Amino acid sequence: MTDSVKLKIDGKEITAKAGQTILQAAAMAGIYIPHLCAHRELEPWGSCRVCTVKVNGRPQAACTQPVAEGAVVESETPELVNVRRALVEMLFVEGNHVCPSCEKSGNCELQATAYRLGIAAPRFPYTFPKREIDASHPDIILERNRCILCARCVRASTEVDGKHAFDFVGRGVHKRIAVNAEAGLAGTSAAATDKALSVCPVGCLMKKRVGFAVPVGQRQFDEKQIGSEI
Amino acid sequence: MSEALSTVVKEACTAADRDPTRLMDIVNQVQRKLGQVSPTAMDLIASELGCQRVEVESVVSFYAFLSAEPQGKIVIRVCNDVIDRLEGADAVLDAFADALGIRVGETTPDGRITLMTTPCVGMSDQAPAALINSHVLVDLDPSKARHIALQLKASGDPHRLVTKLGDGNNAHELVQSMVHNNIHQTGPVVFAEFAMGSALRKALSMTPQEVIRDVKTSRIRGRGGAGFPTGMKWDFARAAPGDRKVVICNADEGEPGTFKDRVILTERASLMFEGMTIAGYAIGADLGILYLRAEYLYLRALLESILDERRAAGLLGKGIGGKAGFDFDIRIQMGGGAYVCGEETALISSCEGKRGDPKNRPPFPAQKGYLGRPSVVNNVETFCCVARVLEQGAGWFAQLGSKGTSGTKVLSVSGDCKRPGVYELEFGITLAALLKLVGAEDAGAVQVGGPSGQLVGPASFERTICYDDLATGGSIMVFNRSRDILGIARGFVEFFCEESCGYCTPCRVGNELLKERLDTIIAGRGEPSDLAYLEELGAIMKLASRCGLGQTSANPVLTTIKHFRPEYEARLRAPQRGEQRRFDFNAAVAGAERIAGHQSVQHGAHEEHGTAE
Amino acid sequence: MSKPKVATTSMCGCFGCHMSILDIDDRILKLVELIEFDKSPINDIKSFTGRCAIGLLEGGVANDENYHVLKAFRENCDILISVGECAKNGGVPALRNPIPLQECLEEAYLRGPTVYNPLQVIPNDVEIPLLLDKVYPCHEVVKIDYHLAGCPPSADTIWETLVALLSGKPVALPYSLLKYD
Repeated sequence: MTDSVKLKIDGKEITAKAGQTILQAAAMAGIYIPHLCAHRELEPWGSCRVCTVKVNGRPQAACTQPVAEGAVVESETPELVNVRRALVEMLFVEGNHVCPSCEKSGNCELQATAYRLGIAAPRFPYTFPKREIDASHPDIILERNRCILCARCVRASTEVDGKHAFDFVGRGVHKRIAVNAEAGLAGTSAAATDKALSVCPVGCLMKKRVGFAVPVGQRQFDEKQIGSEI
Repeated sequence: MSEALSTVVKEACTAADRDPTRLMDIVNQVQRKLGQVSPTAMDLIASELGCQRVEVESVVSFYAFLSAEPQGKIVIRVCNDVIDRLEGADAVLDAFADALGIRVGETTPDGRITLMTTPCVGMSDQAPAALINSHVLVDLDPSKARHIALQLKASGDPHRLVTKLGDGNNAHELVQSMVHNNIHQTGPVVFAEFAMGSALRKALSMTPQEVIRDVKTSRIRGRGGAGFPTGMKWDFARAAPGDRKVVICNADEGEPGTFKDRVILTERASLMFEGMTIAGYAIGADLGILYLRAEYLYLRALLESILDERRAAGLLGKGIGGKAGFDFDIRIQMGGGAYVCGEETALISSCEGKRGDPKNRPPFPAQKGYLGRPSVVNNVETFCCVARVLEQGAGWFAQLGSKGTSGTKVLSVSGDCKRPGVYELEFGITLAALLKLVGAEDAGAVQVGGPSGQLVGPASFERTICYDDLATGGSIMVFNRSRDILGIARGFVEFFCEESCGYCTPCRVGNELLKERLDTIIAGRGEPSDLAYLEELGAIMKLASRCGLGQTSANPVLTTIKHFRPEYEARLRAPQRGEQRRFDFNAAVAGAERIAGHQSVQHGAHEEHGTAE
Repeated sequence: MSKPKVATTSMCGCFGCHMSILDIDDRILKLVELIEFDKSPINDIKSFTGRCAIGLLEGGVANDENYHVLKAFRENCDILISVGECAKNGGVPALRNPIPLQECLEEAYLRGPTVYNPLQVIPNDVEIPLLLDKVYPCHEVVKIDYHLAGCPPSADTIWETLVALLSGKPVALPYSLLKYD
């Protein structure tokens, strides 16, 4: 039995380990596929769909689709780049993402992905939803206006922190992140040192009293594009 | 915490063996008894089950029939499906609201009666319909609604509203419902006479492999709509490692305009259970689950009694049909009001006591399904067909139907026709022949396969109903030439907005965006570029969505643009002077004008800033 | 041949984007060789004097006067550019958008912690522009040809864009010039 698999991504032949996802295999081979809900330390989730690729002609999320021998994967095609842009634009118009007043700006993966995709303005109209902020916790703020429902905190809190402090409630466009206590975040066992906070790709789940700690120009994505480490 | 709440919650948890995977049963029971699953109840359920309260809240918030807020002892749910609305559901809803003195979503001040709307309840052939608790009221009109409201205020007993019983088993003492079967045409497969045990005995005389071979030979494909070859699905599950396999029957008939499973469940449940048992034998399962949509709760007692009958006859339980080692039994899992649970992996999530979120594939259910066990999920009608394949022979079945699609299809026909109801017909019938059969002389458009299918016009009426041409899980909605095509599409888009689980971006956001632009066009503020916008958005949703719901939810817009483009174009205007037509200045400034008590000086103002030649 | 005209305006913005225009420093001397400013707060010309090649828009559309100005810009300019986050998506002023207008006005004029308003009147003089139900991005009101991101877009961003457009080249900004803050 062989545990290595050969496949092609955008014409480049790569070798992957059996059981890896396409996203993982691509990263190992130095190919960046844009993604938001996926996080290398967490179980695959498959909700943002930004990593959508075509595998033998069929659309699949690269973060949940396992590699297969001989698979032909398309990623950087004009069609798929347009789909990715549209998905990121959807995330922007769905929430209230006011970058100039957000502490995460410059270190935000949503923003950085939009930069990399070259999005100047979304093609879709903004929805300006009303969302609740939970500031009850002494050390953490939950700013739902910026949430992209990626479930990184949900997964990190259960998989890593062993707390299950977060989960989703509601469905459709009313789906939102909830906390494991009627009284709000202060009633949960969540702590500022939790993995759940550090994996948040946007400025939704943040430590209080940090603010704009790093000057403009020195932040994570000011000069370097997201994915440039791959 | 009240003692009553504590007792009800503990009873519900005990009845479910304190098993977190049976959370649906627990919250359904608490909801029925207390009219809500309150935050306090959530805390208590979590501590009884040893799970987190946010998991309970997550489930309660997902299903339309569950509520964290208090609801009345009586909940009226008026069906607001497109067909029901064409038949006058809005006036019925208004009459209820008026007679009860409340608005939709509210509860009467005495806390007794709550008024809500609900998507298709599977009664499109006798619309408008409403659910009052688990009782189904059909053929409503405003005066009936007013009368019902008064009766409910006076007696508080919804059962007393049931006056005339329906036909067939609708009149059964365990059902006692006003619902009519409206079976206009029976066929040789589903609605033919059936002797309990006849198909199973034949199956048990064969090896499981031979049973699967016959199912494959019959060329039967899934009747729920997707049309996956049933034999192949069973083969995967049989081959999958694992000793506790599961057979699940999908009776979450939620596709608007589909009600054939309701009639099959009413009249041919034993045939369906027989098919499930045959599947259990074929794949080596010991557990069967019938996932029954919450709207069909009124059928549960009948279905339980049929299961008991089959147990008593040795057709369920241990050593079925005298076959040592073949142990198989079926339980009924009630849903909670969520269309997405008709998607097989969402249905499995729900059976496991979770939100009805679809799962990532792979693994497929046949590899890892319910609680990680290899599982086969088939539609109600599929199991009936399989039982008949075993009873009558694969060759007999395969020669029915069209060249590419074997067997019969039970169609649910509703809308603008003389004889709405259920028809069992061989595959391959043309739409025109079907329309003639149902008495739809003035058909201008037909929605084939429900909102997730397509709306076709007269140019397509010579097409045939089969998997290779016009596929349908059973829904056929007929619209006459006077109906507003964009209004129909709008109704379906709204349905998908309500029913999207919200897991993936393209479906969650995309449907809202479709609705926004469709509303703009309907309001007369659309422009020609909006069609390309809608087509692109729909294509992105189709390509990138995670499950069948999102992949098909743009169909109402995409197929109406494709087949009824002039209906759109008639409402579109080219923009003037580079303005966005959808921006409505008068509406945007109206609030401030009201507050300030004077009109904006900008109405009709043009020259102030100077306009060059 | 006369120089192409450029007009600018600040609607619901903070004039930060105009500051950024001035931040091109001595390049402004080159700029005035290339163009002539028409209606703009920079030169205080109040009305359009002729057809403009380019209109630079700062700020979103928050009130009826902004709407009127934006329409006039669309009618008088060949190319309209949304400059900065407020023009592009409403920006910080759009934080009010999820809140009903009545509530916003009551908070601002009646109930806010620093409000002194013994007459309890919400100002309603006809000279005061009427607020719209929300702050609209410019491109949701009229067609916009280019968007410059940033709060404000850097002087380089504005300069590169203007030079490219005036010389008929495609606007292609490097990664470092696409920023939302």
